Amino acid sequence: MSRIEKLEMKGICKSFVGVKANQNVDLSIKAGDVLGLLGENGAGKTTLMNILYGLYLPDEGQVRINGEEIRLRNPKDSMHAGIGMIHQHFMLVQKHTVLENITLGYEGAPFFFPQKFMRKKIKEYSQRFGLEVDPDKQIWELSAGEQQRVEILKALFRNADLLIMDEPTSVLTPQEAEDLFAILRKMSAQGHSVILISHKLEEIMAICNSVMVMRKGQVTGSAKIEDVTQKDLARMMIGREISGCYDKGAQKMGRKILEVQNLNVNSDQSLPIVNDLSFSLSEYEILGVAGVSGNGQREMVEAITGLRKAEKGKVFLHGEEITNASARKIHDRGITHVPEERIKHGTVSTLQLFENSVLKQHHKRPFSVKNLMNYPRIRQHADKLVESYNVDAASISVPVKNLSGGNIQKLILGREIIANPEVLIAAHPTYGLDVGAAEYIRNQLIACRDRGGAVLLVSEDLEELFQVCDKIAVMFEGRFMGIVDPEDCDIDDIGLMMAGSMPEDQAAAGSGTPEAGKDSEQEGDK
Amino acid sequence: MPFVTLPREKTTAGFTAAVLFGSLFAGLCAVGIVFLAYGVNPFYAIYEIFRSSFGSAFGFKETITKAVPLIFIGSGLALAYKAKFWNIGAESQLLWGAIIATWIGLNWGPHLPGFVVIPLMFLGGFIGGGLWGVIPAVFKVKFGINEVISTLMLNYVAAELVKYLVVGPWKGTTKYGYPYTDDLPDHALLNLLHHTRISVPLVIFAVLVALFLCFVVYRTRFGYEVRVIGENPEAGKYAGIDFFKTTVLMMAVSGGVAGIAGVGELLTIHKHLSYPETISAGYGFTAIIVAWLGRLNPGFAILSGLFFAGIIVGGDAIQISMGLPSATVNVFNGLILVFLIMGDFLLSHRVVYKRRAN
Ligand SMILES: Nc1ncnc2c1ncn2[C@@H]1O[C@H](COP(=O)(O)OP(=O)(O)O)[C@@H](O)[C@H]1O
Ligand SMILES: [Mg+2]
Repeated sequence: MSRIEKLEMKGICKSFVGVKANQNVDLSIKAGDVLGLLGENGAGKTTLMNILYGLYLPDEGQVRINGEEIRLRNPKDSMHAGIGMIHQHFMLVQKHTVLENITLGYEGAPFFFPQKFMRKKIKEYSQRFGLEVDPDKQIWELSAGEQQRVEILKALFRNADLLIMDEPTSVLTPQEAEDLFAILRKMSAQGHSVILISHKLEEIMAICNSVMVMRKGQVTGSAKIEDVTQKDLARMMIGREISGCYDKGAQKMGRKILEVQNLNVNSDQSLPIVNDLSFSLSEYEILGVAGVSGNGQREMVEAITGLRKAEKGKVFLHGEEITNASARKIHDRGITHVPEERIKHGTVSTLQLFENSVLKQHHKRPFSVKNLMNYPRIRQHADKLVESYNVDAASISVPVKNLSGGNIQKLILGREIIANPEVLIAAHPTYGLDVGAAEYIRNQLIACRDRGGAVLLVSEDLEELFQVCDKIAVMFEGRFMGIVDPEDCDIDDIGLMMAGSMPEDQAAAGSGTPEAGKDSEQEGDK
Repeated sequence: MPFVTLPREKTTAGFTAAVLFGSLFAGLCAVGIVFLAYGVNPFYAIYEIFRSSFGSAFGFKETITKAVPLIFIGSGLALAYKAKFWNIGAESQLLWGAIIATWIGLNWGPHLPGFVVIPLMFLGGFIGGGLWGVIPAVFKVKFGINEVISTLMLNYVAAELVKYLVVGPWKGTTKYGYPYTDDLPDHALLNLLHHTRISVPLVIFAVLVALFLCFVVYRTRFGYEVRVIGENPEAGKYAGIDFFKTTVLMMAVSGGVAGIAGVGELLTIHKHLSYPETISAGYGFTAIIVAWLGRLNPGFAILSGLFFAGIIVGGDAIQISMGLPSATVNVFNGLILVFLIMGDFLLSHRVVYKRRAN
């Protein structure tokens, strides 16, 4: 097979049930190119790349290599054609060594003494591309950056001319990311081409020589890197007119309820992911948290709600410290939580609807009295929930798994709101819902605010944030890049901040509150 | 494979019952094939099993005798399995009940009246079995040790301990060198129905315990929390449920009722501690199937306990009358468990025939 000099994708369309993940997408890349693929979550980047890697068959469109059409029916076809892909989640055998992982499925090793041969070859590749890794270590002993190098080596061993990397830096420390870029530069200098999926504008500007932006399954722009600014890219990525606000009253001034000071939280991999985060939240306020997921939003929410340990920093509710209190205690104090993964965390899908309707209140009167559950009362409560929050269910006795996603979400939201919480923390509450259900949920969030509640709304949907929030904080790499007022701010600035760049006129944008101003100044210094 | 399995959305009570009886029936058919292989008419053999366990007064008395420990243990296991805690150590939890009760009976029995010492023995047995059950619970929650392995291994520990006691320090002085402890004083034993080994209060106790555990699972806060962490631990964490407390308490109860079964066996049948295989005829394992056939509802363990007691009695009978090997009952139980678990898969999944695309 000849080397890939030029690869083109033409008119690619791919639909999943209900979603057009790719619509008429064109892409072209030449040997030695590093192409940045930019877009919000759900834009269809992974889908497009999975098509190129033979994991999905496109509904329409074709792939051409060096001008010739080629069919990629499975990853094997793609590997033969010289395409390698490194997924967001590594596909390595944890208990095997680096050498064994690379040898697995590699057909070029000789029958006798494969170890010696492989070791030599690994060493050769390592030197050529700067892929430092110890072939005799087991995978679980390696850092994320090293595991990634093993994946790259695997792809290179299979003669990948074109390497696709899906959000490679999301699991890396900044230093590891720098190392990766050095490797990628070496590869491109030796004629390999790379497609790099990323959310981070600075990365794209630093390493790519061309860029393509996707939004909602379509290409919204592609250009040589010299011809665009970060601001242009931000606009292409989010670039839309934000439609009218929801009908919500002017914000009343209220007392400060929740205060977070210098919060530090670690990720599941024990790496710092929330860094010195401070903000406060008042009555009658909806504070939105924008940002690409994976920037510490989930960990921040879990730390505030008692599901994850705060390493450093303090959380106050009404001036009283609640840092690292138990989830139950925090809930009892009046902080309710609509979790990000509603089916996995927010409900027990095999239990009946009415049993789920009290999941976090089940230990309190009137739902349980002296260790006995008061099921008649719980059923009444479930009836009320189903009615007031429009949950469409055959009866309150069906298992929750029989409900649609939207109705599960209404149930959870209703459950969390109905007790009139002081603070409601909602993570991606409308994600994946149909328009009607999403609108309903947004209205409920506003209603909660108008009753005097404080709402922290974490969302990736900028439109939603602009419609319902009183203020929007943009989170990037564990901190707020700034807090802006949705009424008068430049959407491009938000895009820039989401992608990790500071807009020049930062001071003007961060004029929401004194705290906000202070916050963004601090950030601006860095 | 043209067949694919998809998660099943809806199950009705009727469908559940149909699958349950369907798998029992399929299990019986499989057992029938085993009988055929031995050259025995399977219909006759299965008929004989049920006739000799439920069809005769003598057999039925034996069935009741054997149902008592199965009901105690089976209902306790149902509770543990609701929390998805795979306790297969009921055998040793039973032994600990017997150990503690023996100690109390031998040491305090001579000085106390029956109405004091008998409840004390049951209480001690409950605590002994419960503590033995708590060990793997702590291991699991604190150190993430798989409970299947720890409960299984603890079975051997307890069995060896009992052997040591009966040949060593507790060996009876009146037993002519047999590996038994001395008999407990007569007034510390349960009164039996004439010509049987049945103690009526103990039977009633077993039924009440099973009903009580059913109430615990479906009506109390503790039961609710057990079901939540069993069905979805993530949601349990989100709901603020204390895993340690709940798991430990749950296993204390599950092990405790197995301990009570051990006390019951001691006070009705054996009257002294002896070899572990004698004290429990594998009830701790058979009760796993009892819990399963009862669909993990402790209340249903009453019926399924009776059913499997019948199989044990009937199996023993046909072993003798038809000259079948002694493993017959185990084969019977094992096959039925296999089919019950397969049936369970059908309850949560649909199997669909699918033509290959292209
Ligand atoms: N296997 C799938 N089944 C159904 N929908 C999918 C599947 N994969 C992706 N999608 C949907 O397609 C859209 C694009 O997803 P994806 O390509 O993963 O986006 P990105 O990688 O840009 O974040 C999303 O709306 C997503 O929900
Ligand atoms: Mg993706």
